[in-house]
Amino acid sequence: MEAIILQILNGLDKGSAYALIALGLTLIFGTLGVVNFAHGALFMIGAFCAVTLQRLLGLSHQIVDETRKDFLGNPLKIDVPYMHEWFGPEIGQSIIEWSVPLAILFSIPIMAFIGIAMERGLVKHFYKRPHADQILVTFGLAIVLQEIIKYFYGANPIPTPAPPAFTGSFDFGALVGFDANTIIYPYWRLIYFSFSMIVIAGVFAFLQFTTFGMVVRAGMADRETVGLLGINIDKRFTIMFAIAACVAGLAGVMYAPINSPNYHMGMDFLVLSFVVVVVGGMGSLPGAVLAGFLLGIVESFASMTQILDIFPGINQIIIYLIAIIILLTRPRGLMGRKGVMEE
Amino acid sequence: MTKSNFTRRGVLKAGAAAGAALATPTIFTGAVWAGAHTGFTNAPQGDTVTLGFNVPQSGPYADEGADQLRAYQLAVEHLNGEGDGGMINTFTSKTLDGTGIMGKKVQFVTGDTQTKSDAARASARSMIEKDGAIMITGGSSSGVAVAVQALCQEAGVIFMAGLTHSNDTTGKDRKANGFRHFFNSYMSGAALAPVLAKAYGTDRKAYHLTADYNWGYTTEQAVRESTEAMGWETVNSVLTPLTQTDFSSYIAPVLNSGADVLVLNHYGGNMVNSLTNAVQFGLRAAEANGKNFEIVVPLYSELMARGAGANIKGILGSQNWDWKLENQAGAKYYGTNAFVQSFGTKFGFPPSQAAHTVYVQTLLYADAVNRAGSFNPCAVAEALAGFEFDGMGNGPTLYRADDHQCFKDVVVVRGKENPENEFDLVEIVEVTPVEQVTYAPDHPQMGGAEASLGACNPGA
Repeated sequence: MEAIILQILNGLDKGSAYALIALGLTLIFGTLGVVNFAHGALFMIGAFCAVTLQRLLGLSHQIVDETRKDFLGNPLKIDVPYMHEWFGPEIGQSIIEWSVPLAILFSIPIMAFIGIAMERGLVKHFYKRPHADQILVTFGLAIVLQEIIKYFYGANPIPTPAPPAFTGSFDFGALVGFDANTIIYPYWRLIYFSFSMIVIAGVFAFLQFTTFGMVVRAGMADRETVGLLGINIDKRFTIMFAIAACVAGLAGVMYAPINSPNYHMGMDFLVLSFVVVVVGGMGSLPGAVLAGFLLGIVESFASMTQILDIFPGINQIIIYLIAIIILLTRPRGLMGRKGVMEE
Repeated sequence: MTKSNFTRRGVLKAGAAAGAALATPTIFTGAVWAGAHTGFTNAPQGDTVTLGFNVPQSGPYADEGADQLRAYQLAVEHLNGEGDGGMINTFTSKTLDGTGIMGKKVQFVTGDTQTKSDAARASARSMIEKDGAIMITGGSSSGVAVAVQALCQEAGVIFMAGLTHSNDTTGKDRKANGFRHFFNSYMSGAALAPVLAKAYGTDRKAYHLTADYNWGYTTEQAVRESTEAMGWETVNSVLTPLTQTDFSSYIAPVLNSGADVLVLNHYGGNMVNSLTNAVQFGLRAAEANGKNFEIVVPLYSELMARGAGANIKGILGSQNWDWKLENQAGAKYYGTNAFVQSFGTKFGFPPSQAAHTVYVQTLLYADAVNRAGSFNPCAVAEALAGFEFDGMGNGPTLYRADDHQCFKDVVVVRGKENPENEFDLVEIVEVTPVEQVTYAPDHPQMGGAEASLGACNPGA
């Protein structure tokens, strides 16, 4: 029982990332009708926003300490972060340590700008082209973005720790009445899950309860009619693209402490996120979220040793297996609507 | 397609040549080969010779690859008489004089193995066929090293293995054209077990997470056998894919498994991530079976320690070499400081063990060519086999003729609790003498009696 709860918890954080990325993908697909293969790269760029802010805050200058020696026997050069000088060592250090949460604010304008630039600069020209063209051009863009990040940040994962207050773990089992030390769960993963729930709720509320959201939903249902009513739907869809980019970026920022960001992390999530979208149903926002969590938890279960003993290697294929089964039994996915991608 | 050059005809020719070489009494061969720059693959023409450096520049071992490339550059500089000469000055064999190899200036080409066997073979093949590389060196993954070693054997060039730690490289997959300076899984197990017993007691239950390829298998086997021999019990072992980045679903069940030690048979980016996950899930702070929960990382490196940050503190592991060795363990390990000095001056930080082993390998190859008086791979192999040397930072070392494995002391290290600077991440716990890590060439972990080098192949 403890093991099952542990794996559910464990699936939640991964599921959160899948759900956030799939949500953005579905937003873009539902509004603009574009299959955006560069969406994983946006997730990755989000994570690198956290890395960048961590580096910016940690900027330092060197002073030479003649009394101490470095490994070659030369006088030791010590890096003194500017933050320490400006705010004093203690406050300065906490600002540096809190770089990941701070990066949430830092990343929103960056991601929105990248989203708008992407849509206006490239994706716009592919609205009338077949899906295959869209996939190729966005996939190409993803590779370009990836290589740019690799050029500036290198090929290796960059440790981006959470603030010290959240680096530990807590005994979830003891809280809900199991034996101590049976269900240990890291704080940051719980925060990640809560954060993703807030973002998802925010996106749904925005679409449901604002005039802007209403117009966008109307545009998703019938773009032409909304246009005939004199509403500039293109502009609103551009903004939706930016919002989708922000959602992916925020998912990336907060994911940085869970796994050290590297330039390839977007691709790792992209393929799975597409499976999530397809399983959830193309164009269905609740479907994307549901399937995201579902597949995250299933993947986590499949990694249990008890299950691996029966089906070796099942954790590698389980998601695709489920995708096949769902597509065979429900070709439109769990919550897919009729008419999407079926002209 | 010109790519299949050395699969059919090449192999036949090579086989004939190898047969002839074997039939020739060794007393003549040195003289026959001396000065002859024909009759083998990529015999150097003109006044230069090309070496092929095949390292991961992307993938989970990219860090190690980057550091190896730096060391290769440094080795080439020193061979060509530039820089301060590094370990050429301390190396006991004195044939290297800064005039290249046999008077030919050393050039090099590089390839990206991507930490994948097929990509590594493709880049090695291209360096041999297009760039005329006379020797291939590199690795950073045993899967890659074994694959490239087999390719070099076929092609008739020497393979000087870089960072490869699987028993297989000089065990069941050993090749006459392949040589390894780095230590291996068996040696790690043999060196670590007594230290582990001393630190954590003999009544321990271990849980292994193991990278799913040949290095992971042999490391797990070696650590299992040597820890079980002193009383530990192995509760479970789980294979993890090399491409895995989030290990949480593998880590989460560990605490409930009845184990009180987690052994991470992971390296590079894998190990950084799995250790980070293990610490996130509270394993370092936990208690199990009434004891403190412990984590062990059989193969350690300073680069990994840098990536893992504070998570590495207090964790035991083994290394082939460490840049502090001469200062902390004594003058027996001379050469270390000379290397650290020239590497540190050029790049601004101390070299990793990955950098050290490939630097040494490059010098050893150059010296073997000079001593053999020929670039012919079979002459070079003969010069390396059974070669005893010192002054390369590891103390007295033997290149054993039976399996082309170097035998030398092993360094047991621990993540330092209070590092004095950003490079001071591991502390040397013990240097295990070579006698304790030596094994028979037909040891069961090394492929048993069937394992054989085969015949040397000079190619065509």
